[in-house]
Amino acid sequence: MAEVVLETVGLTMRFGGVVASDNVDFKLRAGELRCLIGPNGAGKSTFFKCVTGLLTPTGGQVFMRGHETTGWNPHQVAALGVGIKTQVPNLMDGLDVFENIWMAARRFLPMQDAMRKTTEVIERLALGPIARTELGRLAHGERQRVELGLVVAGDPWLVLLDEPAAGMSADDVERMSDIIREMTRTAAVVIVEHDMQFIRSIANTVTVFHQGAVLMEDHVDRVMADLTVRNVYLGKKA
Amino acid sequence: MDLVFVIIVEMLYAVASLVLISAGLAIVFGMMKIINLAHGEFMMLGGYVTITAVSLGANVFIAMLIIAPVIVGLIGLVVERLVIRHLYGRLVDTMLATWGLSLFFIGLATTIFGNTTTGISTPISGFTVGDYQVNGYNFFIILIAIVLLGLMYAVLKGTRLGLIARGAMQLPDMAAALGYSPERIYMATFFCGSALSGLAGAILAPLVGLVPTSGGAYIAKAFITVIAGGPSLITGLMASSGLFGLINQIFTFAVSPVMGEVALLVAAVVLLRLLPQGVTGKFFRGRM
Amino acid sequence: MASFWAKEVPATILVAALLMWVMPMMIGTYTLTVLVIYGMLGFSLGLIWGFGGILCFGQAAFFGLGAYTYAIAAINIGDSTIPMLLAVLVPAVFAALLGAMMFYGRLTDVYLGVITLVVTLILFKFINSTAGPEYVIGKARLGGFNGIPGFQTLNVPGQPNDYIYGDPYYYFCAILLLIVYLLVSWLLKSSFGRVAVGIRENEVRVALMGYDVRARKTVLFAAGAAIAGLAGALFANWGEIVTPNLFSLGQSAEIIIWCIVGGLGTRIGPIVGAAGLAYLKFLLGQQSMIDNTLLTGIILVLFVLFLPKGLVPAIASLWRISFGRRRKLPRHGARRIRNGGVGNG
Repeated sequence: MAEVVLETVGLTMRFGGVVASDNVDFKLRAGELRCLIGPNGAGKSTFFKCVTGLLTPTGGQVFMRGHETTGWNPHQVAALGVGIKTQVPNLMDGLDVFENIWMAARRFLPMQDAMRKTTEVIERLALGPIARTELGRLAHGERQRVELGLVVAGDPWLVLLDEPAAGMSADDVERMSDIIREMTRTAAVVIVEHDMQFIRSIANTVTVFHQGAVLMEDHVDRVMADLTVRNVYLGKKA
Repeated sequence: MDLVFVIIVEMLYAVASLVLISAGLAIVFGMMKIINLAHGEFMMLGGYVTITAVSLGANVFIAMLIIAPVIVGLIGLVVERLVIRHLYGRLVDTMLATWGLSLFFIGLATTIFGNTTTGISTPISGFTVGDYQVNGYNFFIILIAIVLLGLMYAVLKGTRLGLIARGAMQLPDMAAALGYSPERIYMATFFCGSALSGLAGAILAPLVGLVPTSGGAYIAKAFITVIAGGPSLITGLMASSGLFGLINQIFTFAVSPVMGEVALLVAAVVLLRLLPQGVTGKFFRGRM
Repeated sequence: MASFWAKEVPATILVAALLMWVMPMMIGTYTLTVLVIYGMLGFSLGLIWGFGGILCFGQAAFFGLGAYTYAIAAINIGDSTIPMLLAVLVPAVFAALLGAMMFYGRLTDVYLGVITLVVTLILFKFINSTAGPEYVIGKARLGGFNGIPGFQTLNVPGQPNDYIYGDPYYYFCAILLLIVYLLVSWLLKSSFGRVAVGIRENEVRVALMGYDVRARKTVLFAAGAAIAGLAGALFANWGEIVTPNLFSLGQSAEIIIWCIVGGLGTRIGPIVGAAGLAYLKFLLGQQSMIDNTLLTGIILVLFVLFLPKGLVPAIASLWRISFGRRRKLPRHGARRIRNGGVGNG
């Protein structure tokens, strides 16, 4: 069995009286692609933020490649080689696409290699035509693509994506699926998502969140067929 | 026993003056998220209006409590319509523009009133408590501060106007959707905030010789008190004024007035470092 | 980077040399020197604010610290070389400590402004009250509101009697400004500089890439303070006295106004704004028709309302529209820089 690259033990996040994450145990192995699903307010994004360091959990532990990273700052987590994409695209609006991606590449590569890597990523994500356009001028779908490029540029061994398909056209989503599948050759990937079609097309194992806790964790087909999950979440046709 | 009484009065006075100095700024910042750096100058103008009114024959209390606030409030209204209105949402830009306005008012006051110190004597005389001389005016200030806080609370919590204002402060778009014009609300709020600044300046004028640059002494303290207070308007104001006023007085008694000022500033730095959202960002949340 | 050395550096040196040579024909070197010094001061804030996104309301604190450090060290040492170095180091160290406290405490935007403002006030109030004879550092009395006069001014290193003043001093200051300008330009083109700009745009994103944003902001903040400290030392030599006014709120306000008027986000802008406004103040001071302060106030308000990007970008746009090829202009501008990028405040 491949090594466990991401693990949480009893991860809990309380906001005053609200328990957003309830004693979550989670294991992810190298090369795995996991989707986190659940209705709004189920605690997926909170879990995501606790793992990435954007929030400090009130209880429990986070381990990456065996090292404890509970309560680490986001930059410390990212510096390990973890690629992170937040729910709302976090980009440097005043700078162009090239500069954004370059900065991600430069973190782990010397100058010349960083330049090369940036050009590579831009090509791979078909960002060529807009490479010198300021991010603030781009459409939402393009921005999501750029952020994906940012993540890829760092050559991460663990990738955490929060709603990567949001606001993207069908073509974009397909292109992104290809890239994510490619990513799993070198990285483990966790995706928080709502888009059922997208999930069906790439997912293998799916973890269902409900009221802060893990409801079910199984192969995507079994999850989709499960009655409890349907009652909790899939109220509409997927 | 007498000493204790005097010390308590001095402490209350220190807190009360901070409340007075900061109230106008707190309203404008708390309700509109605008930092009006001309606040100190509004106070200065309040002082000059009072002095002018008194020299024209008005009763000093009427000048302080009615004439000055109304006139400075109107000046504030003009400022809001001409300048502030264009800069909503741009926090730093409003700071810069109001800084410019403060310079403008200083220059204006210098042109009209000159550079020399003017003043009026305190209208309430002092009295003795045991071996100590107590400034009667201090009581007046403490009283006004309490009345002011009470009034603010009553209006905001008790009246329809206050409710609308609080609603607009939380979510201006929603208030607009419900038929209330946020513009009108901002105008009214800025008027009230400026009027309060004028009131504070008028009341504090007898204590110091008034010069066009008097505002500068107030703005820093007011600014610090308001920011450290946090999101809750009245509770925050009381909390930070109480804390800083106390520290100021303790060090003034223990060492010197200058050290009292420095201690207040250091306390502000420490507080903001520990509670970046202000006191009511962490404690007393959700209160008015 | 190659084009930087090949084209930009020689061009800058050429233009600077030209200006250095021409300006004294129009304005006396005594006045020109202080304009250059103010230019350097404005430039220091322009660096941390325009490029780093750090709103500092108390840049005057470092200016004053540099000046006072120089004066105190000069009185105690007698030769100007070490004091000059100390005047750069002390503000930088102070800024590093202050910056660490602020940035590691995740303070942003307005709160940063408040704390830097308060620190300036503390310094001002404290120094202002040190008139008594008990306030001494070595041989130097702090002097309170009187300030510190009578210290050794700039001399050739090792030759305390060989003073540099007047015209040579003007060239000394101007060349230093040029060197600082080139160094900063190089810094901004380097990885550190580019990441600093990224931090200004969206510090969350830069942190998510694995960069230690807090450490980088502290370093940049210290660099800005070092430059301001240098300006302070140069000012001390020029004025031959240091007073608490250097720490004042008014001085901090002026520096900010210089940047706004000149153009935040450009290198030249704050320098032009500083020199221009200081010269305007000098000219206005000669007349007594309209009050100085009143005019400065109006200028600031008008600029914020109508020319928020400042003079230099406005002139550059005008130039482009009149003479340049039509191409897309960057939209980010000074307004976004001032009012906070994403993830800040």
